[in-house]
Amino acid sequence: MSDLKKTESQSGLLRRFWHSVFRGPVYPRDDSDRKLIVLSHLLLHFRPVRLPAKNLRYTHTWGLGGMSMTLFFVLAATGVLLMFVYEPSPGYAYDSIANLQTNLLFGKLIRNIHYWSANLLIVLVTFHLIRVYLTGAYYPPRQFNWVLGLLLLFCVLVSNFTGYLMPWDQLSYWAITIVTGMMGYAPFIGEWLQDVVRGGTEIGSTTLVNFYATHTTVMPALIIVLMMFHFWRIRKAGGVVIPRSPGEEKEEKPEQALTLPHLLLREFSVALVLIAFVMVLSVVFDAPLGEAANPGMSPNPAKAPWYFLGFQELLIHFDPLFAVVIIPLLGALGLFFIPYIRYEKDTSGIFMMSREGRRLGLVAALTALFITPVFIVADEYWIDWDAWMRGVSPVVSNGVLPATILGAALTGYCAFLKRRYSASNNEVVQFVFVLLSVAFVILTITEIWFRGPRMALVWPWSL
Amino acid sequence: MAGKKNKATRPKTKVPSASADVPGEVRISRRSFLGKLWLVIGGVALLEYLAIALDFVRPRRTRRDGENDTIVIAGPIERFEPDTVTAFPEGGFYLARLENGGFLALSRKCTHLGCTVPWNADEGSFVCPCHASAFDITGDVLDPPAPRALDLYPVRIENRIVKVDTRQVKKRRSFDPTQVTYA
Repeated sequence: MSDLKKTESQSGLLRRFWHSVFRGPVYPRDDSDRKLIVLSHLLLHFRPVRLPAKNLRYTHTWGLGGMSMTLFFVLAATGVLLMFVYEPSPGYAYDSIANLQTNLLFGKLIRNIHYWSANLLIVLVTFHLIRVYLTGAYYPPRQFNWVLGLLLLFCVLVSNFTGYLMPWDQLSYWAITIVTGMMGYAPFIGEWLQDVVRGGTEIGSTTLVNFYATHTTVMPALIIVLMMFHFWRIRKAGGVVIPRSPGEEKEEKPEQALTLPHLLLREFSVALVLIAFVMVLSVVFDAPLGEAANPGMSPNPAKAPWYFLGFQELLIHFDPLFAVVIIPLLGALGLFFIPYIRYEKDTSGIFMMSREGRRLGLVAALTALFITPVFIVADEYWIDWDAWMRGVSPVVSNGVLPATILGAALTGYCAFLKRRYSASNNEVVQFVFVLLSVAFVILTITEIWFRGPRMALVWPWSL
Repeated sequence: MAGKKNKATRPKTKVPSASADVPGEVRISRRSFLGKLWLVIGGVALLEYLAIALDFVRPRRTRRDGENDTIVIAGPIERFEPDTVTAFPEGGFYLARLENGGFLALSRKCTHLGCTVPWNADEGSFVCPCHASAFDITGDVLDPPAPRALDLYPVRIENRIVKVDTRQVKKRRSFDPTQVTYA
């Protein structure tokens, strides 16, 4: 024992225990302490000791990734509580939620927090995706981390969707009916997929068990693993992409700042503000709980969960094969390959690539903002491919034909931009990304607020 | 550790590699063969787990929900007037009696996305609340987006009693007169 340090051998028992847990300094007195603390603590060592000072600017990342992670932990904490009172079987599910809301101390609040965090999470991860795209954080070495982010987005959507069925009220029952109905249109595997997801031909107790297991175990586990992978890749890439202005070269040795206190203080404040915001939402607005599910009576209108409503809106305009299989698949593939397209320049860190890119992006957004509503209204009242082409299969008249026309128009427009403004590949891809994103948001908004009984177009105030 | 031949040409601890020795000729040493075997065994174990997992989530036929996998006795044929539709909520179908006296048992599930279609007696049609698909009394599509006519359940008439077999559902593109059951 002679080589033990004097402080370790001669201090008191509790003190020795304390030093065995916290081997370094606990309260920092100077910068070297701060570095040591980040390095030697389990939770803090996920962060680098220092980071490029420019990355601290809040409006560069908007803290969207960190906020998403915060919500994940809020969801885990409230979800575990809900698991103790929820019974995943059609006979009891609705009653157990009703009981939670009326008889448990803060039961309603906990459910509200879970509900609002889940919905907010979808919004935040979508914003996060858009932020990452617009700041060009997908060029090498960040290519694969973009893919990991897409997988996380998929997991978040599945988590939300499976959670949607849990209350077993009219809203959830028919939303799941519609979405699993959409799955049936996948060629070859559609019916099999539908049966696997539902655990049978009907939505019933096996569906609820499938959804419960996926929601409470499979997805959280997957998300934790993918999240760690995602964060690790950020570290390996040297942190988040460093912001620069158009025309500015990448710095070889950017100015550094210490994680503790600069980054951690910012992250902590953002997380606290976010939690406070969720709390206020949950106190003021209750999570909906309708009538108990009734398989004999579809509400009018019956809608999917709001984040899938863009696709349900597409269903009104396209043949199902195109609306729920081909178009979403093309969209997913397009997103997947964004980092792997051959680009002329590396615009990482520059918001919307260049001044030209910003102008084109604005044009794309305005185009989508104008054209999408025009098309929706035109298709509602004037365009009727079916009637114009009697005898032609609806897959052609309502699918191949309009999709080809739209695709050709978009391709032609891009070719024109490339010629007229000598736009680079980067800028053309960004143009398409902005155009389609805005169009999808408008489709979603239309279906949420402008579709009334029998899916007719109505004003939101008459819903 | 390593094979004799390799010891002469390479540093001691290197694992002998199959193709590096003689270019063009594939020679697999025992060590690399066993190494690959472990990889294959691991892969097989993973596949086994996936197959089992798939079997676990596969449609569970033994435990079906609801009571609609039996024969429903609808009642004597006199109870159903021609050109009317009677709902059987417990069976999940509508019994339609056509003007000519024939019977059809129509599934209540819209063929578009599976919403339940209510019968509108005034308009003489089923209209889906989800996407406004409409069907006539024979289940034929009046208005898209529904791609097919309403599914059918087999109808039998024994001793002037109408019975509907809800165990098997028949899909069809459109209505044709051979689908109708007469007394």
